Amino acid sequence: MEHTPPPLFRTGSTPLARLMIFSMLSAVVLIADARFNHLQTLRQVVAVVVYPLQKLAAAPDAIGSRISDFFVTHSALRHDNQQLTERNLELSRSAQLTEALRKENIHLRGLLGARTRVAAPTMAAEIIYAARDPFSRKVMIDQGLQGGIEAGRPVIDHIGVIGQVTRVYPWLSEVTLITDKGHLVPVLNVRTGLRAVLSGTGDDGKLELRFIPLTADFLIGDQLVTSGIDGVYPPGLPVAEVTHVERNTEYLFASIACKPIAGVHAHAQVLVLGPLPVLPERPQDDAKDVPQKKRKRL
Amino acid sequence: MPASSMSRQELLLPVRPGFILVTLIIGLLINFLPWSGWALWVRPDFVALIVLYWCIEEPRKLGFFAAWCLGLLMDVSEGSLLGQHALAYCILVYIGIALHRRVQRFSMAPQVMHVILLLLFIDLVTLLVRTLGGAEFPGYTYFLGSFTGAALWPVLSHLLKLPQRPRPDPDRV
Repeated sequence: MEHTPPPLFRTGSTPLARLMIFSMLSAVVLIADARFNHLQTLRQVVAVVVYPLQKLAAAPDAIGSRISDFFVTHSALRHDNQQLTERNLELSRSAQLTEALRKENIHLRGLLGARTRVAAPTMAAEIIYAARDPFSRKVMIDQGLQGGIEAGRPVIDHIGVIGQVTRVYPWLSEVTLITDKGHLVPVLNVRTGLRAVLSGTGDDGKLELRFIPLTADFLIGDQLVTSGIDGVYPPGLPVAEVTHVERNTEYLFASIACKPIAGVHAHAQVLVLGPLPVLPERPQDDAKDVPQKKRKRL
Repeated sequence: MPASSMSRQELLLPVRPGFILVTLIIGLLINFLPWSGWALWVRPDFVALIVLYWCIEEPRKLGFFAAWCLGLLMDVSEGSLLGQHALAYCILVYIGIALHRRVQRFSMAPQVMHVILLLLFIDLVTLLVRTLGGAEFPGYTYFLGSFTGAALWPVLSHLLKLPQRPRPDPDRV
């Protein structure tokens, strides 16, 4: 073999060859992640490696907010306190009302033989940062596998639904917001009881109702709450408000825009709801009302 | 080539691998800072910038594998598709290595022009990947980061050269 170069000049494969190899590798990873969702373990491992760096990067902000917490003025505290007392009074009044209604409801449900809705246990979490991917609407919260969070849990703030846990890491989880383009929430119009599917648009503060017939009764200002037929979101949580209704007879469907009620991009504290009780078989009469296509595709 | 666009060649000490590692970690840390609002749009990808710098300045020190792993770290922390940044960084390394002799010879202004085009190119690759994956175009602000990144290039290049500048010899007057 007199034509092999001496070891000094052996430089391994050329950059182009390496580019090909690593591009192929990236393509495989991309496809496995996007189409088949196979790489959860790899994500977990990398997440553990990244975690200390993320913690370190978040430290200045955390320290800053702690320092500003320390210097809260007396008047600000008094103002807060007064506001909270007022709100507390208001809430306790409505809580009493709710309590009475709940008892009545339990009684009626008992009469109907329906299964009582169990209040799902909740877990408080804090949004650490908004995931920086410009193509999606996601946030990271500071509870993960260690806190018992699973993918699919609904996440709410004190006003309404903000999204759903989609990926869980050991100490963090990723929440896909309801404004994310691929995210669907089955909802119910409070005024009319009409069911629909609310989908995100990828645009902050804008949601839309798809495939609503032109004649359907939707008005500006209608409140939409979760209908609970997907087994992901418990029923009755406020989601959005209709802001724009356009009925153009050239199209098959009405174009209905909504805005989220909850502070989807504003609040730092959120609640992760516990697992919903496994749904029993649907009662016969209920099944007729729920067309197959309106169930949430997950 | 006019002499004005040529840079004065400096003699620098060889870079220590530890220093490259430290700069990459700092780049990751800056990327992980809780950016929000408009800062998020203007923010350049510091890791990409630093990777590009080392590929142009020391093309044998930073390999494809390291860039690929850094890309995976970024993908997981940003919650984007796994492999998206990895692919972008590999392409960046390749072009960096391919062009390093050329870019090194230029003075700062033409270097910045090269960097703008390179960063925009990997933005386009990422956009293509995500569009194939079914995402929607996030708006033209998406490209802003590349311009700020290129604007930071002179500063970055000055800072990263500092430890390699030979200390003035105390024996010579």
